[in-house]
Amino acid sequence: MSGHVHRDDLGSRLGMWLFLVTEMVLFGGLFIGYSYMRHRYPAEFHHGGGELNATLGIINTIVLLTSSLTVVLAIVAVQRAEKKRAMAFLWTTLGLGCTFLVIKGFEWSAKFHHGLYPNAPHLATLPPGEQVFFGLYFTMTGLHGLHVIVGLSVLAVLLYWVATDRIRQDRYIHLENGGLYWHLVDVIWIFLLPLFYLAA
Amino acid sequence: MSDHSGHTAEHPVAHPGYGTFIGIWLLLLLLTAGLVSLSHLGQTAAVWGLLILTPLKAGLVFYYFMHLKYEGPLFKIVLLVTLGTLLIFFALLFSDVAFR
Repeated sequence: MSGHVHRDDLGSRLGMWLFLVTEMVLFGGLFIGYSYMRHRYPAEFHHGGGELNATLGIINTIVLLTSSLTVVLAIVAVQRAEKKRAMAFLWTTLGLGCTFLVIKGFEWSAKFHHGLYPNAPHLATLPPGEQVFFGLYFTMTGLHGLHVIVGLSVLAVLLYWVATDRIRQDRYIHLENGGLYWHLVDVIWIFLLPLFYLAA
Repeated sequence: MSDHSGHTAEHPVAHPGYGTFIGIWLLLLLLTAGLVSLSHLGQTAAVWGLLILTPLKAGLVFYYFMHLKYEGPLFKIVLLVTLGTLLIFFALLFSDVAFR
């Protein structure tokens, strides 16, 4: 049996996709909840959206879209046995992911300074619709932020594996699956931008 | 090596190059610019932008960045069944809201 390595890359990718669809259902439920609440409180959601910094939301969209590109380019580089280039792309992805979190940190800090955070006394004085808006905003962007942190941790391990040749031209399924997760995080943000930042 | 290993060195398929993905990224940036522009034109334009451009952007990420274009029908069916299920829940919720 020596020398026989069982591998099922197709099954591995299918397993990853099955996990990703559970993530889609998780966020999908929140998006459906958002749709109902926006239908119920249109004016309050419009006003709530005006309180958010659309410029930061757009910059973060560009940052995440670019980080998605660099992950997929890292896979191309591994397929072509361009190890240094693959590592450079993954470092760039990590840098962009951290940039996203820093921008989000500034954005949340500004909201906290204005008394807008879950269970804040000032928030309790706002109309119910705006309370719902900010409740959904912190829940959905917070859950998304957690996914970014998890994705960055996975990508950091994958970068180490590329460096140590555990991921290489003939064996890169882990990088593909890690990349799939990162792209899903990007897709979720694609929906969060118009729903919150462009709602006004 | 298992025979079910997908696209490996033993079963090479034509992988897309850097250019394809950079092109898709530029298209995604263009669509984002379109979405932002539409949101400044008024509520109706913003909603149409949300309903058309956002799923289009997500579709491009799924199809190219997530390599769905290069996968078999099973992966596409898994995704469509999931999105279809969410759509059914969405329709059921709003059919309830509409007749209250």
